Amino acid sequence: MTNNPNTTVEMADAKLESPALIRMKLMWRSFKENWKIFSQSKIGMIGLYIVIIFAVAGFIVYPILAATVWKTTSLNAMASYNPVTGYDFVQNNPAPPSWAHLLGTDPLGRDILAQLLYSTPREFMLGIVAALITVIIGTLIGTVAAYFGGALDTFFMRVADIVLLFPFIPFLIVISGMMQVDLLTLALIIGLLSGFGGITIVLRSQALIVKSRPFIESAKISGASDSYIIVNHIIPNVMPLSFLYMMFNVTGAIFSEAVLSFFGLLNIKMSWGLMIYTADTAGYIIGSNIWNYWWLWLPAGASITLLCGAFYFIGRGLDEVVNPRLRKR
Amino acid sequence: MMLKYIGNRILQIAILLVIYVAIVFFLLHAMPGGIKTLLISNPKLTPQAQEAIIRAFGLNQPLWLQFVDYMKNVFTLNLGISFSYYPTPVWNIIAERLPRTVLLFTVATLIAFFVGFASGKSLAWNRGKTTEYVSTIVGIITYTIFTPLLIFVMIWFFGSFLGIFPLNQFLNPDLWIHTRLNAQVIFLYILLTMLIIGMVMLVSYLVALRFSHRVRTRRLIFYLSTIITVVFSVFFWWVSPVGIYAADILWHMVLPVMTVTIISYAGNMLVMRDSMLETIKEDFITTARAKGLPDKVVRDKHAARTAMLPVVTNFVLSLGFVVSGGVITESLFSWPGMGMTLLDSTLAKDYPLAAGALIFTGIFVLFAHLAIDIIYAFLDPRIRY
Repeated sequence: MTNNPNTTVEMADAKLESPALIRMKLMWRSFKENWKIFSQSKIGMIGLYIVIIFAVAGFIVYPILAATVWKTTSLNAMASYNPVTGYDFVQNNPAPPSWAHLLGTDPLGRDILAQLLYSTPREFMLGIVAALITVIIGTLIGTVAAYFGGALDTFFMRVADIVLLFPFIPFLIVISGMMQVDLLTLALIIGLLSGFGGITIVLRSQALIVKSRPFIESAKISGASDSYIIVNHIIPNVMPLSFLYMMFNVTGAIFSEAVLSFFGLLNIKMSWGLMIYTADTAGYIIGSNIWNYWWLWLPAGASITLLCGAFYFIGRGLDEVVNPRLRKR
Repeated sequence: MMLKYIGNRILQIAILLVIYVAIVFFLLHAMPGGIKTLLISNPKLTPQAQEAIIRAFGLNQPLWLQFVDYMKNVFTLNLGISFSYYPTPVWNIIAERLPRTVLLFTVATLIAFFVGFASGKSLAWNRGKTTEYVSTIVGIITYTIFTPLLIFVMIWFFGSFLGIFPLNQFLNPDLWIHTRLNAQVIFLYILLTMLIIGMVMLVSYLVALRFSHRVRTRRLIFYLSTIITVVFSVFFWWVSPVGIYAADILWHMVLPVMTVTIISYAGNMLVMRDSMLETIKEDFITTARAKGLPDKVVRDKHAARTAMLPVVTNFVLSLGFVVSGGVITESLFSWPGMGMTLLDSTLAKDYPLAAGALIFTGIFVLFAHLAIDIIYAFLDPRIRY
């Protein structure tokens, strides 16, 4: 066997895994470690379970039920049940819970449980889209402001100050009163508005800490460009914090949507807030009547509270992963 | 130095105010049809009236001139004429409603702050006990609860089930029908009383600080003057013929105040708890304990005072949130303040009033922010300007 230098190099190359694979493995390992910390926090796990239950109910259980069980009550028995138009004229509406309608019907004779489940994926969509936009804007601005500093930094921090002081819901109320706002537009507006707010301040201060670490210095010396450092070194290090704030933003977005549709300001057909609005405008939620028609407002209100709370819980749980000082008190 | 700081803050707030008005203006412009259509799109207006509005607001001028005009109009309180209360100027409506919101919020905010502070303090101190878990969970529930849901439950429980609090009004019409008194006047007097009490507390605090170095004497001066003022003002209201009307308004205020308090106390409580847990681990707490100071003294004097500052900061940051909660509270309790005005005018497509209400809600938040900033400067022993 001749000792060819070329083959040894090739063999060494073959032993080394590709950088992408190494990165994947590292990510998997840190994910496992973080999961361990997260799963120790009771509150975070409760939140996660609630979110999973809602997701399963909205994305899996609802289509099945609509196509099978509720199909018979639909006007057109061939189509699957649509809670927006699925009126039930057989009984006096709103009807209390019964076997045909597990959570009763609303003043128009539509099944409450079906409405609840029908709205769930939309709430998820709204919350996650709005939070994603917020987090992307916040992360970019926060890291760029921290990295470059100077006038850019000052400008964005002042903008964040203004946004923080903004009366958010009144502002959304006026906007949605003046133009037709549907769910996606609302997600965009919420995402854009809160993206420039408090999240940039938090992520900027985190990015400042990362920026002062030695590996940024060495990356600079080895000739990395500013954009390369921001994308490959700073953003991955502020990512956990972004993720944490994303959870809180999901809560905020779902809450805002619920409030706006509760006031009947949104151009949508069905949502949890709108369910309460329907009952309210029909006059079933007044004074002593409130408890007599509990199924009109309690399930929807409880769902909003639970889902908002669940994302908040996850945020609190993640907080312990991200901020090591909170651990082991 | 202090005055310089306050002057600085006022300047900053003024700049923020101009920017805020600019944002609202451009928002109105970006609306479909623009501000012009918004202002004159009321079928009740005659063509002459429309002409007059266009001229009064300079709506046929170039954009930047319009902007300058709008700015000028906002600062001279010329906000147009409400559609739904035609021909009442927007400013008159806002001037009538603003004191009600201010009253509701000041009371609720003060209560929420002290409840949150005290409960957060004892939560952190009693860490690991059942009460801690229970009140943390209750706090998180009230923090994340959907506000209308909370209000429905409150209305049902207090107004209908117990039947002890009045609902859906801010005064009792049967009582007020026999008097020619304006509710507005009473509101302003109540606010004035609160302002006087607050001023007395502040002045006596400063006087006590100047006169004595002993904590006990300071406290004596402070509490004595506060109690005297409170007793005196209560007595004054009691003997005055309008006292019963003020009591009526305050009685109607209990439920909304309770709701706003419940919404906003939990945030303070959770932050106070976290901040207190951080502080307890500090060395000076160990030192204080090692000195043999009583537990209560360590908790109140050493830990809580240091831990308080993040709570105040959090409080500043959550102001917008509290005001948002106020919109819901006001409209569901029919408390005719700024929030209800904002919502009703938006729903009635009364755009001049909606824009005016939005601007003044913003101004209200900005001023509340300023007030808290000044208080913060007094509180924080490390900030010396």
